[in-house]
Amino acid sequence: MPNIYLTIALVPLLGAIVAGLFGNQIGRSGAHWVTTIGVALSFLLSLVVFNHIVIDGAEPYNGTVYTWLISDGIHMEVGFLIDQLTAMMIVVVTFVSLMVHIYTIGYMRDDPGYQRFFSYISLFTFSMLMLVMANNFMQLFFGWEAVGLVSYLLIGFWYKKETAIYANLKAFLVNRVGDFGFLLGIAAILLYFNSLDYMDVFKAAPSLTNLTMEIIPGSEWSVMSVICILLFIGAMGKSAQVPLHVWLPDSMEGPTPISALIHAATMVTAGIFMVARMSPLYELSETALSVILVIGAITALFMGILGIIQNDIKRVVAYSTLSQLGYMTVALGASAYAAGIFHLMTHAFFKALLFLAAGSVIIALHHEQDIRKMGGLKKYLPITYWCMLIGSLALIGFPGFSGFFSKDAIIEAAQHSELPGAGFAYACVLLGVFITAFYSFRMFFLVFHGEERIDHHARAHLHESPLVVTLPLIGLAIPSVLAGAFYIGPMLFGNFFGNAIVVQDAHNVLAEIGADFTGWGGFVLHGLSGPAVWLAAAGVFAAWFLYLKRPELPARIQGACGWLYKLLDRKYYCDDFNDFFFAGGARGIGRLFWRIGDVKLIDGLLVNGTARSIGWLSGVIRQVQTGYLYHYAFVMIIGLLLMLSWILFSE
Amino acid sequence: MLLDSPLLSLVIWVPIIGGILVLATRSDANAPLARAIALLVSLITFILSIFLYTGFDLQTADMQFVERLSWIPAFNVYYHLGVDGISMPLIILTTFCTVLVVLAGWEVIKFKPAQYLASFLLMEGMMNGVFAALDGVLFYVFWEAMLIPMFLIIGIWGGPNRVYATIKFFLYTFLGSVFMLVALIYLYMKSGSFALLDFHALRIGLEPQTWIFIAFLLAFAVKVPMWPVHTWLPDAHVEAPTGGSVILAAIMLKMGAYGFVRLSLPIVPDASEMLTGMMITLSLIAVVYIGFVAMVQQDMKKLIAYSSISHMGFVTLGFFIPFVIYDSTHSTQGAAMGIEGAVVQMLSHGLVSAALFLCVGVLYDRLHSRMISDYGGVANTMPVFATLAVLFAMANVGLPGTSGFVGEFMVILSAFKANFWIAFLAATTLVIGAAYTLWMVKRVIFGDVTKPAVAELQDLNHREFLVLGVLAISVLLLGLWPAPLVEVMHPTVNHLIEQIGQSKL
Repeated sequence: MPNIYLTIALVPLLGAIVAGLFGNQIGRSGAHWVTTIGVALSFLLSLVVFNHIVIDGAEPYNGTVYTWLISDGIHMEVGFLIDQLTAMMIVVVTFVSLMVHIYTIGYMRDDPGYQRFFSYISLFTFSMLMLVMANNFMQLFFGWEAVGLVSYLLIGFWYKKETAIYANLKAFLVNRVGDFGFLLGIAAILLYFNSLDYMDVFKAAPSLTNLTMEIIPGSEWSVMSVICILLFIGAMGKSAQVPLHVWLPDSMEGPTPISALIHAATMVTAGIFMVARMSPLYELSETALSVILVIGAITALFMGILGIIQNDIKRVVAYSTLSQLGYMTVALGASAYAAGIFHLMTHAFFKALLFLAAGSVIIALHHEQDIRKMGGLKKYLPITYWCMLIGSLALIGFPGFSGFFSKDAIIEAAQHSELPGAGFAYACVLLGVFITAFYSFRMFFLVFHGEERIDHHARAHLHESPLVVTLPLIGLAIPSVLAGAFYIGPMLFGNFFGNAIVVQDAHNVLAEIGADFTGWGGFVLHGLSGPAVWLAAAGVFAAWFLYLKRPELPARIQGACGWLYKLLDRKYYCDDFNDFFFAGGARGIGRLFWRIGDVKLIDGLLVNGTARSIGWLSGVIRQVQTGYLYHYAFVMIIGLLLMLSWILFSE
Repeated sequence: MLLDSPLLSLVIWVPIIGGILVLATRSDANAPLARAIALLVSLITFILSIFLYTGFDLQTADMQFVERLSWIPAFNVYYHLGVDGISMPLIILTTFCTVLVVLAGWEVIKFKPAQYLASFLLMEGMMNGVFAALDGVLFYVFWEAMLIPMFLIIGIWGGPNRVYATIKFFLYTFLGSVFMLVALIYLYMKSGSFALLDFHALRIGLEPQTWIFIAFLLAFAVKVPMWPVHTWLPDAHVEAPTGGSVILAAIMLKMGAYGFVRLSLPIVPDASEMLTGMMITLSLIAVVYIGFVAMVQQDMKKLIAYSSISHMGFVTLGFFIPFVIYDSTHSTQGAAMGIEGAVVQMLSHGLVSAALFLCVGVLYDRLHSRMISDYGGVANTMPVFATLAVLFAMANVGLPGTSGFVGEFMVILSAFKANFWIAFLAATTLVIGAAYTLWMVKRVIFGDVTKPAVAELQDLNHREFLVLGVLAISVLLLGLWPAPLVEVMHPTVNHLIEQIGQSKL
């Protein structure tokens, strides 16, 4: 098996290298074949691994590939931990990646950077696989930063666009803020565990529960809480949690396939995966769990609200992604790691589907992204229409669709949790259901129903996308419907994850919920008696009423609540604040240090000042050397007198 | 067979003699011959230095490839050479960079190419001499002598403001080194020998230790350079020709850092311990303050120069972290990682800064401007160059998988053992470093072409591609598999930690 694991990771890398370095030689079709076949192979092998580890229940694999370096007796290695969690993640990653590869063949058909694009997405797949397969923190950080790099390259793929290269710089820097915390967390782990290997750390963690450290002299902080919160700061960057969420909406400047792959299905869920992977640590710090719960809840609700006023089709889906990531985070905070990962999986399918369907609409309309200029597209794009409908229903949690199961599990988990902040989180995620349904169907109705607001130029060529585009949509639509019902039993309440996820009995909300679990049908019936489904229905109804029945109303509401609209339109002023305070502040400090510190003080006063003083001093001393003998004789006499008097009087 | 020959003498004298040969070609008409000799000599030296690695004994902390001949018997001065796990990789870095510099100046230097190339070869020999010298006088002679070729390179082939820059460079570095000479003479008077290893074993009281430390500090801090004696570096870089910048950043700055490990730490450990607080503060100022200064630079070379100062802050930080670790945990666990990280950072910075200066050189050769605002959208016309430049920028940012990550990672991990806030401030480079590097990339490489001059840029020629390509491979190799490099250092670093742990009082 180790060779299979290595192959899964390396084949996409190979594809990326070939397509990247020899793109001109192998041509466009060569580039898409070599990368797509590579990822397809990885996907098939991932299924083999899934079958081996999860279905056959083989022992998890934990082994080293090579030693990166040894210092201070610490072995830093590149190695794989293949357990149930990893097996599931590699299947999701390679599957979505494969769909996106195929889709890209159609979507990027006319782009001059075709080979480069395939090289990047294959490189991304490799990086993401290394991240989820890591068995130690060093490699985790490697993968973590590598996916950040590819995300940077892909957001800025159209490097001529000023908005794109602004967005990719912003994404990288905001992610780096998270990585800053993440790296300190890793350093803390090395300090207290003297190892970077997952298994060593997990084994030793319980003995550190009561250990404290002094960061600010005089106040003792729990070591586990500090470590967990530092690591979570990394997750906040990568998984775009408030206040490090600002980069994700802007990342939509990149091509749509990568919005689906990176900024919806895989990379942004790396933070969720990481926290679930570290469950043995997080279980030891209720403080950290509470923080996660609250941050997740804020993200889930408030980012969803922003989705309501977006008019760019991709940005609606982007804010929806932020909000759904918030849901996953809430699940982690409530110790329902399995529910978070479950939602990660279903979300990967239906959100990738939504993005790719949105992309299909965009190419059909010749790169029009404004939903106000769409409408009535149902009859032109039937496959896209149905796929989008499936994705939307899964997203809002329509009973029986995959999203229903995962989201309901999270809501129930928040309800059952007894950690501080759980009440707030429950309220947020519940209200979030209404918001989700509302913005999803607002977009859906505006795009596919109602009057046609398409301009004539676009309508002339309007037709359904080619098979390479629609096939991946169908491929993603199937699990978007079925994955929930199929996996809710084993994943949430069964022994799917084995020992990969650890939950303490005191926090085990899923076990409480699972006590009543009889099967997916029962779960649906149970869900129908709860408030979530009805809130979702209300959201859809509201969207229908406001955008199809009485389309003149939204403008009037917007006019009536001007300040609120302004607040939302400015995205709660987060970007304005960051631009002014952080970006502007950093430049200001830089100028201050440079112009005052370096140029004026050090160079002006000290360096050149010294040179000037020496020049001045020599100028003064030079005056003494007049060249007249009588001046010198006079000075000698004065000196002689002084010396004599000193000798005489000092006696 | 080759291992029995005096390898260290060869890597010192082959380039010096080669340099004299190149000078002998004299007129500019013989430039092709001069280039051929220079390339050949630098390649031979590089290959010779490789044998230092292959023949290196990983088990011992003793000096290896030792050569010892009497030189000035009256003062007990010897021609004494030897390398350990820290100096050996630095010699290879020197010989490697010299090959690249010779190639980089190939047809670019039109004015007196023979003299230009000869200066680099002479300097190479002297720099190797500094890293190999085990005698105080020999060390000092090489240390000062290597300033002369650099002085000429900047002064003759430099930019418009070269006279101010050379004088500033020379006075700064020379003033600092004079104090080092005084300290060396004091040590000679105490021990009766100029052997550095005798100095290591010499017992010295705290007060003289402090004075010696300060004297060394003046010499080394200027070279590194540490805040606040760093302002000569941006000026020197801006005026230096590309090759000069490369050697300055890649090798010369390492001299100061090397001085700390070879002289300061083992000779005056108690004073080093006493003044650790100051050293760490200065290092962190370099990382944070200089990072902010780099952000607002308009000139690419200045920006990279400031970035160099910031990165060198990690080196000095790593060297002095062990004292804080020992102080706070009463064990040396974690200390080796700091020092090894610092040495890795030296080597990595050598490669990355060399590459970045070469990239600026490529652009400068075409447009004759170093100003960021004169570029924009270079990726459109120079895609191959853009790819490599982004790779080196990422290495400068410390992205895992590139060499830039390794040293910073190790130093931050080690710093955390010492104190949370030291690690915290050091780690801010993750954000600040990314900000100044990638903002420059955004303004120079990405974007649409708006300047007519940029629209006419030609992509890399074969020679430029070769130079940058070799560097790219080195940067990746060191980032993906640093083990062979770090392995070489273990005995030396462990020995050093023993040395600094023993009080000399």
